[in-house]
Amino acid sequence: MDLRFTPEELAFRDEVRAFFRSALPADIRRKTELGQRLSKEDTVRWQRILNAKGWAVPHWSVEWGGTDWGPVKNYIFREEMQLAPAPDPLSFNVSMVGPVLIAFGSEAQKRHFLPRVANLDYWFCQGFSEPGAGSDLASLRTSARREGDDYVVNGQKIWTSRAHHADWMFCLVRTDPSAKPQAGISYLLIDMKAPGLTVRPISTIDGEHHFNEVFFDEVRVPVANRVGEENKGWTYAKFLLGNERTGIARVGASKFRIQRAKALARTVMVGATPLADTARFREKVAAIEVQLKALEITQMRVVCNARRLAPGVQDPASSVLKLKGTELQQATTEILMEVAGPDALALQPEHLWGSATEAPIGPEWAPMIAPDYFYTRAASIYGGSNEIQRNVIAKRLLGL
Amino acid sequence: MDFDLSEEQRMLEQSVGRLIAEHYSFEQRKRYMQEPAGFSRDLWRRYAEMGLLGLPFDERHGGANAGPIETMIVMEAFGRGLALEPYLSTVILSGGLIRLAGSEAQRAELLPRIAGGSLLAAWAHSEAQSRYALSDVACTARRDADGWILDGAKSHVMHGDSADRLIVSARIGGERCDRNGIALFLVDAAAPGVERRGYPTQDGLRAARIGLSGVRVASRDVLGEPGEAAPLIERVADCALAALAAEALGAMAAAHETTVEYLKTRKQFGVAIGSFQALQHRAVDMLVELEQARSMALYAAMMVDEADAVERRKAISAATVQIRRSGRSIGQQAVQLHGGIGMTLEYKIGHYFKRFTAMETLFGDTDHHLAALAEAGGLIASA
Repeated sequence: MDLRFTPEELAFRDEVRAFFRSALPADIRRKTELGQRLSKEDTVRWQRILNAKGWAVPHWSVEWGGTDWGPVKNYIFREEMQLAPAPDPLSFNVSMVGPVLIAFGSEAQKRHFLPRVANLDYWFCQGFSEPGAGSDLASLRTSARREGDDYVVNGQKIWTSRAHHADWMFCLVRTDPSAKPQAGISYLLIDMKAPGLTVRPISTIDGEHHFNEVFFDEVRVPVANRVGEENKGWTYAKFLLGNERTGIARVGASKFRIQRAKALARTVMVGATPLADTARFREKVAAIEVQLKALEITQMRVVCNARRLAPGVQDPASSVLKLKGTELQQATTEILMEVAGPDALALQPEHLWGSATEAPIGPEWAPMIAPDYFYTRAASIYGGSNEIQRNVIAKRLLGL
Repeated sequence: MDFDLSEEQRMLEQSVGRLIAEHYSFEQRKRYMQEPAGFSRDLWRRYAEMGLLGLPFDERHGGANAGPIETMIVMEAFGRGLALEPYLSTVILSGGLIRLAGSEAQRAELLPRIAGGSLLAAWAHSEAQSRYALSDVACTARRDADGWILDGAKSHVMHGDSADRLIVSARIGGERCDRNGIALFLVDAAAPGVERRGYPTQDGLRAARIGLSGVRVASRDVLGEPGEAAPLIERVADCALAALAAEALGAMAAAHETTVEYLKTRKQFGVAIGSFQALQHRAVDMLVELEQARSMALYAAMMVDEADAVERRKAISAATVQIRRSGRSIGQQAVQLHGGIGMTLEYKIGHYFKRFTAMETLFGDTDHHLAALAEAGGLIASA
């Protein structure tokens, strides 16, 4: 037992760190550091830099452009990326549709899609949630009826992140309305330019445009774009839930926020004392740091155990990752909100996008603080709300 | 980085686990508590036979030269059984002080006897006014022709009533709370001038209040450099906190398992109460606390021998904050989920709760360690 990194792992960390230092474009780094929103072009540019290095999809199998790093190095890579701070590669591509295609896609689908998914030539969005199917995802009603070599899709998706950027959607549709809810679902890849498909924006409480509604009116999808077997889509979607749960804790991102909060608190005065020097602030931050350290080790335990577990067996420690990880992401945005205080108040969306022509009201870092705090509330809702996670853990791990 | 136990560590885990499973049922524990010393002398001999009492000592002192992971394994098992024996007092604290600061003669004399089970020792350090401040020592030691004379009073001396030997801290110089000027003395518990009042504690263990009036100690019974004991005291307190973290972890795991089992068997409204979502979510929250605590108990074990004392103390304080919060939360939830049965002295779950509560007061509570960690700058450097 040794919780420290081996010399080889440390050397790898240094290599990764050096790469991020030299390869991450300064403007993207700055935006990420300040919490400004990235344009589609920023995300694409960065992912292509990673892909050129062979590091856009390190956790994929070598055959499809991944690496042989194994869990510990993948973990180090992710942490360093968040601490750089560099934006994550598009998770819909690299963590969601990619692994599903590798596991269940046809040869032709893999050959066509995987290189484009890795290089972000295709931007994927996720078509899962519907107005009547949120936590109860299996009750989804968007239908696909077979007509010759096509499916004809009708219905509506909602909360579709970045659909307005997307070229493709991986989408759950009902192909057998007579079967049990989970048994009649198929997994389709849908071209966002297909006739009959419309995207409508939803504004979120941070004043931004992350989410969309997507409407399908007699949209034709070639049967060749179905992944795996008809009516087995639920299995493929669930595969994702057990896959890559370690990424969800985002310990590096929370650590980065704590670093920032501590630095910014030195510039904020409470009377004659910097906020950073008040006992209340320090103890509040320390309490989060304790939990973050625990989560970091929990995550490393999950990472190391993954090598030993049989496929399909869940490590009890992994259950902590989503719950605690999202709580701490939220706690760190809250701390930043408290550091900013009244400086967070001015609504300055132009500074979120780095498109402002005037200096901000208040400090340069302040305009992003409140939107981050607001938007991070979504962390405990998406990907299966934390309450659904508790239901699942109670059933699967505790046998209740 | 790896979390695997070695072959020897796995064997240790199995043998201690088996020992506790076979000898620490609720009924057995109740019997041990009624023995004169408040724990099982038989089991203490058995621990000696298994090599547990010399675990961290050098081989030439009858030990196994084992590290913090081995201590963690043993303490975790003791936590599961809510073991009553003075392992912390004798092996971790007294054994630790002798191992780290004793002269070769002191080590050669005392450590083999601890390892063999014939010597019980206790650390008489905290005082009525000191609360959690490790350098707050009012007891005095003054020079005498052929040694020292101790005066003062010690409180909450864990297992102080059954100990054969006491390690007493006393001030030879400086003000009451100074880090400088503290010395440690090996004192025979039966020496003239030592007055002991033993008492049971809330968790079923025992402690003593110890009065010292004109107690004579020979020069050769000074432990370490007189006046320079503070860093040693801090180090041994950290060893105790790492051990307590493991003990608490074992107790948390057992309390959680017991509770989940109860949720599956207890029926109300015609169904197992574990089918109710409100209770399921509480059981999951307990699991989250348990896993976070396990991570920090590992962290404590990894950092307890860290050479940089500032880093070591920060890490141990951080681990302690997590352990204490997890323990309180799991203990309270376990009682709540058991309902009435959680309130009775006749069932084990309440005893776990009581042990968590008692452990919170040892070597600094949550607030103490959170403040210490914050004061030292926390775990994450600012950007």
